Amino acid sequence: MPHRSLPSVRGMGAATIDAVLRLGYAARFIGLTIAHSGTSLARPRLVVRELYFTGVLSLIIILVSGLFVGMVLGLQGYQTLTTYGSESALGVLVALSLVRELGPVVSALLFASRAGSAMTAEIGLMKATEQLSAMEMMAVDPVARVVAPRFWAGVISMPLLAAMFSAMGIFGGYIVGVVLIGVDEGSFWSQMQSAVDVREDVLNGVIKSFVFGVAVTWIALFEGYDAPPTAEGVSGATTRTVVTSSLAILALDFILTSFMFRGV
Amino acid sequence: MSGENLIEIRDVNFAYGKRPILTGINMSIPRGKVVALMGISGSGKTTLLRLIGGVMKPTSGEVWVDGRCTSQLDQDGIYDLRRRMGMLFQFGALFTDLSVFDNVAFQMREHTKLPESMIRDLVMMKLHAVGLRGAAKLMPAELSGGMARRVALARAIALDPMIMMYDEPFTGLDPISLGVIANLIRQLNDVLGTTSLVVTHDVHEALNVVDYVYYLSDGKMMAHGTPEAMRANADPLVKQFVFGEAEGPVAYQYPAGDYAAALKMEARRAA
Repeated sequence: MPHRSLPSVRGMGAATIDAVLRLGYAARFIGLTIAHSGTSLARPRLVVRELYFTGVLSLIIILVSGLFVGMVLGLQGYQTLTTYGSESALGVLVALSLVRELGPVVSALLFASRAGSAMTAEIGLMKATEQLSAMEMMAVDPVARVVAPRFWAGVISMPLLAAMFSAMGIFGGYIVGVVLIGVDEGSFWSQMQSAVDVREDVLNGVIKSFVFGVAVTWIALFEGYDAPPTAEGVSGATTRTVVTSSLAILALDFILTSFMFRGV
Repeated sequence: MSGENLIEIRDVNFAYGKRPILTGINMSIPRGKVVALMGISGSGKTTLLRLIGGVMKPTSGEVWVDGRCTSQLDQDGIYDLRRRMGMLFQFGALFTDLSVFDNVAFQMREHTKLPESMIRDLVMMKLHAVGLRGAAKLMPAELSGGMARRVALARAIALDPMIMMYDEPFTGLDPISLGVIANLIRQLNDVLGTTSLVVTHDVHEALNVVDYVYYLSDGKMMAHGTPEAMRANADPLVKQFVFGEAEGPVAYQYPAGDYAAALKMEARRAA
């Protein structure tokens, strides 16, 4: 007689096989996307159009969030630094926190919620309303025409959005620290300038946001393309995009940080 | 393959895994004719359309289109064939992020290097043919169901295809739009010199505009003939379909257990 726990073991096995299969499909999908990027390179207007939808339309949420995160950093940082009499290092604290961590991570989380979910829903609905099938019947490859331009738009816009988030955050920290609280403006900027290293801090932040851009856009496009062509299917895929992307961003952040700043 | 037949289907079987969808299908579609493929929902009509379009390959048998066997073609060969096919989807499948004009211009921009001025003229001619030249600037969300279907038709004929395939073109249309679409199918076929395959279960409209009818049931080709022959067909299955009778070989009730048992009548009687 089979053991009582057998069904649950079977269930776990089936779930594992399903997860590995999906990972395989997703790997094949990104391979196809990169291989079919010729159309995007030959017709950059397709990418520029998507850059507007993924990048430009995400600007408001990125800039406003960056401002508030920077202002909070200014307040919290000042309170902690005054304990040690080092409030003049506020600029360094704000800049390093944003450039190394908060800029890439928070902007990627916002990008996943705003642009990633929109990409999934759009492609899922295009599939459900047979627009992708229609394209295939017109001898136009949907991966080359629809997926690849969106992929490159996401990969290009993510580092730019993260840079703008960090810049706006530093401005927020300046408003709170220098303008409202009265930290010395000269030491705020000069200490920031001497402590922030372009290669160690800025470049590593850019690399992080590039990796997050690839991950979020890949997940969003795959979930949309793989979504069951029903209302429930598209809604589930959109939710999965936000959840999976957020977890991927945080996990990748830990891995990248452990490699980048191991000598510190 | 006979030169006068544009499409020939020989002993085609198709199955999803172990579930058979099409069994032993044979049919030929002569050049320049409008042929209807009829049958109740789930009879395998759309699958057959997909096999002709090269979207899927038959489990066994051959599908020949314009002298080429689709199952022997690679992706480039299939795409080359599809450039000469037009397809009207059930609900139009217009690209919702593009205007009516850009939808019709889509294939011209993707497959030709025509200057924009010529594309504009061609798009206007196609839209005029379906009576929607004035709607060029509208977005698909601003169109009624019938208008969307006509725009999709203009898009499908954009590159003057040799084959036009229609997947349930009459579904969900009001009587006026339905008549307009049916007449357009016939007129476009005759004017453009294409060959048309109409997948439908709308018997009345289809029998008025087509040259020949194939009747598919449960994945098998049950009957074929001219519209007159189909109307006169004495086969109970064809008769039930053509005249829309509730009683006949096709059961109205989905297979289920005993009705009285389902209502727990025995238990109530005992109580």
